Amino acid sequence: MKTLATNLSRRKFIVGSAAAGGGLALGIPFGIGEAAAQGAAGTEINAWVVVKPNDVCVVRIARSEMGQGTLTGLAQLVAEELECDWKKIATEHVNPGQNLAHKRVWGEMATGGSRGIRTSQDYVRRGGAAARIMLLQAAADQWGVPVGELVVSDGVIAHAASGRKTSYGKVAAAAAKLTPPDPKSIKLKDPKDWKIAGKPMKRLDTADKLNGGKVYAIDVKLPGMLLAAVKKCPVHGGKLSSYEEAKVSNMPGVKGVVKVHDDAVAVVADTWWRAKTALEALPVVWDEGPNASQSSATIAERLKEGLTADDAFADTNNGDALKVIAGAAKKIDAVYSTPFLSHATMEPMNCTALIKGDKVEVWTATQSAEGSLAAACEEAGVPLSNGEVHKLDLGGGFGRRGGTQDYTRQAVAIAKQFPARPVKLIWSREEDQGHDFYRPISQCKMSAGLDESGKLVGMHMRVSGQSINALLNPGAIKDGKDARQLQGLWKDPGDAQFGYSVPNLRIEYAMRNTHMQVGPWRGVNTNQNGVYLECFIEEVARAAGADSLEFRRSMMQGYPRHLAVLDAVAEKAGWGKPLPAGVHRGIAQFMGYGSYSAAVAEVSVSSEGKVKVHRMVLGINCGHVVNPDQVAAQVEGSVAYGLSAAFYGEMSVERGRMVELNFDKYRILRLAEMPKVETVLVPTYDFWGGVGEPTICVVSPAVMNAIYAATGKPVRSLPLKNVKLV
Amino acid sequence: MAKLNINGRTREVQAEAGTPLLWVIREQVGLTGTKYGCGVAQCGACSVHLNGEVVRSCSIPVSAIKPTDKIVTIEGLSRSSSHPVQQAWAAIDVPQCGYCQSGQIMAAAALLKKTPQPSDADIDAAMTNICRCGTYQRIRAAVHMAADMVKKA
Repeated sequence: MKTLATNLSRRKFIVGSAAAGGGLALGIPFGIGEAAAQGAAGTEINAWVVVKPNDVCVVRIARSEMGQGTLTGLAQLVAEELECDWKKIATEHVNPGQNLAHKRVWGEMATGGSRGIRTSQDYVRRGGAAARIMLLQAAADQWGVPVGELVVSDGVIAHAASGRKTSYGKVAAAAAKLTPPDPKSIKLKDPKDWKIAGKPMKRLDTADKLNGGKVYAIDVKLPGMLLAAVKKCPVHGGKLSSYEEAKVSNMPGVKGVVKVHDDAVAVVADTWWRAKTALEALPVVWDEGPNASQSSATIAERLKEGLTADDAFADTNNGDALKVIAGAAKKIDAVYSTPFLSHATMEPMNCTALIKGDKVEVWTATQSAEGSLAAACEEAGVPLSNGEVHKLDLGGGFGRRGGTQDYTRQAVAIAKQFPARPVKLIWSREEDQGHDFYRPISQCKMSAGLDESGKLVGMHMRVSGQSINALLNPGAIKDGKDARQLQGLWKDPGDAQFGYSVPNLRIEYAMRNTHMQVGPWRGVNTNQNGVYLECFIEEVARAAGADSLEFRRSMMQGYPRHLAVLDAVAEKAGWGKPLPAGVHRGIAQFMGYGSYSAAVAEVSVSSEGKVKVHRMVLGINCGHVVNPDQVAAQVEGSVAYGLSAAFYGEMSVERGRMVELNFDKYRILRLAEMPKVETVLVPTYDFWGGVGEPTICVVSPAVMNAIYAATGKPVRSLPLKNVKLV
Repeated sequence: MAKLNINGRTREVQAEAGTPLLWVIREQVGLTGTKYGCGVAQCGACSVHLNGEVVRSCSIPVSAIKPTDKIVTIEGLSRSSSHPVQQAWAAIDVPQCGYCQSGQIMAAAALLKKTPQPSDADIDAAMTNICRCGTYQRIRAAVHMAADMVKKA
């Protein structure tokens, strides 16, 4: 499997360069093109900061920007410690070849798992602080005064005693020559004193998104560039048998028809439309293989078998849940299910590749720039030092553009057949929908027991479904136990912890893989597990005759952070207060990516079963808030992403292939369906949690629980379009 | 050979009659602000103005365009992003990934031309473009803001 090979080579790549990179050689000047660095491009103070003569400070960004505001947040953190003028801030991307050549001085480049800011924050702040210390020292040296007598604000350095002033641009060249401070010796600011970080700064990357000027990977233009359209065997795991090139070789603009690996064919032409037109006219014979017999029904049967099979592993097993439930005063049982989902980024997968001699370059949108480099070099058969990845901001990522890099591999495989000419491969929407790494399908069997007083005394949760790690990261599975599929249900605090005290609790996972490719889908397994747990807790609360909020609260005293966010949304939403006739509330809480989330949905269900979501209140404690307006933007976006999945999201399987290949069948939420979203930020400023993903997982269960309140019937499967509500 | 009036300039393009206007704009004319998203007039990322009406250029063959038709793309909406819709979009920080925003802005500009003070229902009906990042709440606010800016101007 190609993707595994990428993982392998990527691991080697990281290990091979970890000697210097592991400790992050912070602040050591290494000079990217030293001649240029002294000129108009500015002076490089260290890896993170370049200062121009006009006092513009350029902050280097190693992570990818795919809409989540990571670039702006990272720049705020560097600028905060740098004490520069925010109005004179600029950013530039670092490419992975540069990172490799400089012993990974910029550290991890991958952007996923809501880690872009929280796992960079310490070293980027130290990078900004180190640059400030050097700039101040340069001024002190110039004036012959102790550096302690200087103050800096907005990049202007002042010496009060002598009335002298200078600016970063003027002392940058001298500063760059100084020995950088030991990053460990740097005392970072108390976030209470932040002036740039923690504030609702406007994004730095908006201007060219308003006038068509922004160049995404799909927009890249290179001299002599050819365009490619590709078709992979529609049945996953199937192969390419044959095609009749002669039938299309005389079509307008066609330059060639090429085999891509053993499972795809591409037409290369002078425009993409001509390539696509010829590809559609190309007679192709596939060897669909045994997977052609698979369907949603066969997959559902396999998952159902896993709900009661003996091979599950228990990640949590407190007390004796099965026995306690069997002997309980009241027993509640339910089976839930969630489907495969595609990422459906607005920008379809694409990549431009150029092979020149023993060198490979790609221009691509990637969440894993180093993964792209590894994939491109491996595919081209050249060492990593002979490759470069030109990073373009992503037209959506959501986990699709991570380490697998299948589209980058295809582009290089095609470009190899057109040496010295850049080839841009663009997937049609149908190809994109048909060959995703889908959110894994799963089912969940839930059982609970209540005692005479209505207290939850035992709960058993069995997830049966496909494993992401089995396909993409098998090394993470120990003794057949894959705890990743139980994300959000884990015992351990800190990342994605189960938030209720249940005296007898058993949480299990039975791995049931399918022939479909699966991968991380924004929020990954918190989304499905959030539905299973929070909708079932609602069923249990109702069986206990308890209020949905109070029932949860009664089990959350040992989880004060979870509880605080739940309380905050309940208060903001006015839980318990009267609603307009026909409007009902639902509530949910969950944890993922180090952050705590909760939601209240206000929903009405018409007599025909049509659901309208009127208002949603979401709360998040992500520890530190780097940009409150951008956190709110992520929360708002998470509602749209979550509601698309709740209402419409489903990739179904017929004859081994995906059915919903475009937005006519794979419907996405529209503006008219978007509820009013209110974001409650309840940061506790004592940890660093993620933001891009963690609130999605409470959207569906809050809405489903509100529907339950409206109809009196629990909703146990998604999407809602398939559920008869009344 | 087809003659197109795009952003006030006449362009002669070589394209087969069935080529969608979108791909002529992107590949022959070289204006890439107009995006490909679905090719089936669902997502609206390809929205442009055709004689003042917003249309989905992925589903209009170039042969259907007359030389006298006036096409405006995102690049031709204003000089220096000064259109009220663009200003409101910036003030509210609407875009996330930004890929759909050319189409959203063109749809909003067309709405305001016809309905200078749109109600929420007008916005619901007119703004049917897909945004996968989910910027809809800010799009609604920005359309209202742009309408207010026009009113005060």
